[in-house]
Amino acid sequence: MHKYYLTHLQELESEAIYVIREVVAQFDRPAILFSGGKDSIVVTHLARKAFWPAKIPMPLIHIDTGHNFPETMAFRDNLVADLGVQLIVGSVQESIDKGRAVEESGINASRNELQIVSLLDTIESHKIDAAIGGARRDEEKARSKERFFSHRDEFGQWDPKNQRPELWNIFNGRKRMGEHFRVFPISNWTEMDIWNYILQENIAIPSLYFAHNREAVYRDGTWLPASEFLVLRDGEKVENKLMRFRTLGDITITGGIESDADTLEKIVAEVSATRSTERGNRSDDKRSDTSMEDRKKQGYF
Amino acid sequence: MELLRFTTAGSVDDGKSTLIGRLLYDSKSIFEDQMAAVKQSSERKGLQHIDLSLLTDGLRSEREQGITIDVAYRYFATPKRKFIIADTPGHIQYTRNMVTGASTANLALVLIDARKGVVEQTCRHSFIASLLKIPHIIVCINKMDLVDYSEDAFNKVVEQYEDFAAKIDVTDIRYVPISALEGDNVVNDSVNMPWYKGESLLHTLETIHIGSDENHSDARFPVQTVIRPHAAEYHDYRGYAGRIAGGIFKPGDKITVLPSGLTSSIRSIDTYSGPVEEAFAPMSVSITLEDDIDISRGDMIVKDDSEPEVSQDLEVMLCWMGTKGPRPGAKYHLKTTTREVMAIIKEVSYKLDINTMEKLENAGDIKMNEMARVRLRTTQPVVFDEYRKNRITGSLILVDEATNETVAAGTILV
Ligand SMILES: Nc1nc2c(ncn2[C@@H]2O[C@H](COP(=O)(O)OP(=O)(O)OP(=O)(O)O)[C@@H](O)[C@H]2O)c(=O)[nH]1
Ligand SMILES: [Mg+2]
Repeated sequence: MHKYYLTHLQELESEAIYVIREVVAQFDRPAILFSGGKDSIVVTHLARKAFWPAKIPMPLIHIDTGHNFPETMAFRDNLVADLGVQLIVGSVQESIDKGRAVEESGINASRNELQIVSLLDTIESHKIDAAIGGARRDEEKARSKERFFSHRDEFGQWDPKNQRPELWNIFNGRKRMGEHFRVFPISNWTEMDIWNYILQENIAIPSLYFAHNREAVYRDGTWLPASEFLVLRDGEKVENKLMRFRTLGDITITGGIESDADTLEKIVAEVSATRSTERGNRSDDKRSDTSMEDRKKQGYF
Repeated sequence: MELLRFTTAGSVDDGKSTLIGRLLYDSKSIFEDQMAAVKQSSERKGLQHIDLSLLTDGLRSEREQGITIDVAYRYFATPKRKFIIADTPGHIQYTRNMVTGASTANLALVLIDARKGVVEQTCRHSFIASLLKIPHIIVCINKMDLVDYSEDAFNKVVEQYEDFAAKIDVTDIRYVPISALEGDNVVNDSVNMPWYKGESLLHTLETIHIGSDENHSDARFPVQTVIRPHAAEYHDYRGYAGRIAGGIFKPGDKITVLPSGLTSSIRSIDTYSGPVEEAFAPMSVSITLEDDIDISRGDMIVKDDSEPEVSQDLEVMLCWMGTKGPRPGAKYHLKTTTREVMAIIKEVSYKLDINTMEKLENAGDIKMNEMARVRLRTTQPVVFDEYRKNRITGSLILVDEATNETVAAGTILV
């Protein structure tokens, strides 16, 4: 019987492909939310596998905050060209210009929350009825409560106290006009699984994940990259550091770690030895104890 | 590495979330920043100890009320196994969330407060576990620190549970005395209970034989979608995409498509990494056939040596989850594997009394959190197996036509 057995990575892969195919089968206008980070890259890779030899039968959506790492943008454009899929860009700058969103001010200002407005606007204007995301339950305590198929009301909001039951692998994607679903095919993957899978499949990822030299400032226990948006506080100074990023978000909020891991093997070894979570370097999660839940309720990724 | 999915079960406040916190903490699966956050929250609440349940109770309302409302999924690995944990709520109002967590589990930890013994929710959750055919139950008799780690107290609860368990259908039941708060017998053996000669909970989780939950004898392939590339090189390609729900498929196998009854044989089994010589549950693949026959989502490809049932009449055990009971004559969307048809509840044979397992005939309308055996009639034929033979092809849900809510989970009896 030993022969008919999948490794845990094979089982997670099969589960994710099953979920992605369910989305395409159950919805009229699905899309993949593509942030340029490793999780959405893995989801896109899984989608390619799910429909091969056909192309991925849905567009990628990128919410452009205007505060991107240039590397992320180049990576995104290459991938889209390689896959031959449509790219939809939702622009936070445009939302601000149109008065739909108001720029934060102050020293900790970021466009993280403003993404919610652009995301919901993009979903609405393109009539997207299912948005596939790369969120994982192991990332954060509010995310650990998510279903695979997560229902959003007509305002794009999540009601964590009243989620639909989700039995076995039978997904109920029924909804009223104007409502949509967020779907998370890699719900059950951990950060370690992601890295092991990237290594196993040899998936291309942005160079930012590998150790490199960069100008950065030490703030709140993490190395914030120097950029045109970074305002130095008293006593802070820019240093040149050998570092890498564990997650990628906006350049204004994503802190890096000191590291010399410049190959996938070294990253896997480093991640398995670390004692802090990847989002520990994200200032957007540090704002309050339930800041992720609050943002998710409003429609965040 | 082998994957074990387990769920917690048991009454409110019996210590499920604390146990999961303890398991994660003592197995060194908690990161420093997570622990620091939980420490801070515990201090803010004025607690003397670190409240480990805060590691899984992540929602604002859960933290305020100190209870679990919805299932939390947590992950950890030891050198021996990789675990997916569903920490479920004990409160009866949230039974549907417990069922959500339990429906994909291979093992259930049933928590019992040593001071209180077996209560109604212990029975309800254990029965749900048996209904879902979770093959292993570990009964964790918790809060042993509050009964002086007494062997008598432990034995009394074991006896109570054994009396009840005789009435349900679970073959593998084990017992372990623990203190989730103090850590006794969770990861480390207890020094306070030298009379207990068994293994710690984690040791059992790492070594329990889970064999394979999959059915490798009856070949079942529910079709999710059809892959038709619009490229010259794959012009005539037509692949049936799906995840194998049972059995083993090989190129050359003679197959039947149900419910149509059309037959063909397998030309190839494709994956992105190349064709495979055989495929088995739970692999996701694409199957191509020798003949061009009409197949679409909701059809099931099976091998000729063992065919499932095809019928419009189903005997089902339902767990009702809707806040309102079924309306007389109401139509529901019935979803099973990838198939969706309309159904009505033709007849309620009996409801179950959760405490005594008695069958209550003519017991009135079905209400939320009740279990009932019913007969369903569908508009189109359904392809299925008995749930005890296959958890995928033997399960279904009912979706309310008006609200789109999932209102019931069903296991098919015949
Ligand atoms: N003394 C003692 N207290 C415990 C033990 N385990 C849990 N508790 C306490 O019991 C209370 C309830 O614990 P939880 O872990 O939240 O219970 P639960 O079963 O998850 O509850 P629900 O999820 O709401 O059903 C908390 O105050 C815990 O600190 C134990 O072994 N000994
Ligand atoms: Mg709990």
